Amino acid sequence: MDYTFRGSYEPYISPWDPCPPIKVKTFSLPPQLFMNFQPTSLPQFSPAEALQHGTLWPALVDGYSKREGIS
Amino acid sequence: MWVYEKKLLYPVEVKECNPKLARYIAEQYGGADGELAAALRYMNQRYTVPDKVIGVLNDIATEEFSHLEMLATMIYKLTKDATPEQLEEAGLGAHYVNHGHALFYENAAGVPFTTTYFQAKGDPIADLYEDIAAEEKARATYQWIIDISDDAWINDSLKFLRERENVHSLRFREAVEVLKEERDRKKIF
Repeated sequence: MDYTFRGSYEPYISPWDPCPPIKVKTFSLPPQLFMNFQPTSLPQFSPAEALQHGTLWPALVDGYSKREGIS
Repeated sequence: MWVYEKKLLYPVEVKECNPKLARYIAEQYGGADGELAAALRYMNQRYTVPDKVIGVLNDIATEEFSHLEMLATMIYKLTKDATPEQLEEAGLGAHYVNHGHALFYENAAGVPFTTTYFQAKGDPIADLYEDIAAEEKARATYQWIIDISDDAWINDSLKFLRERENVHSLRFREAVEVLKEERDRKKIF
């Protein structure tokens, strides 16, 4: 898997935009979008890890952090 | 900016005075899943979605206003020259007291329109999924109005409007697919 669970685009920027422009905007494309029906026999977390992540399956985890700064 | 054409998107033929049917059509005029909510939702969300799907939202919002205009024509003609007694019998007594023969953005039960009927989440996937759901709910609403109406002419126009909901739903689904293609690759260091 060489893709992330984020998409990005470069919005149009006018030379007259009043705020300093954000040149690349990022948005979430979470795992469920790419899995219309969950395949069977996916690898699983240990019970402790599963509790921490909120799911038994690593394939469903895309995570989110404050540092990403999705606008 | 818009260019206005002084004609309806699809013909609306009103052959008989029927204030009760007008009241039911109000659900699509000023109701939660109606054309006004749809038009305002898309016209507003369009500013903060990725460039590739701005056009879909803008075009569909514009079309929704033309649907709103068809519904307004139906409501206006179905209630035009109806007596206060006829309006009261149709459940529009309170409407007449407040608005006379004017149209108003309210649902079939007379609840006034509110922008809390829709959302702008600033997350493209969340917004587009709401838009798909809105189209399916509007389609269902048209079905129930067609079921309760015995006016073949009005139903012909309503069937046209129902079909447009199908088309819009597909366009929004396609917009989701377009965004999925924008998926970023992992950076390999």
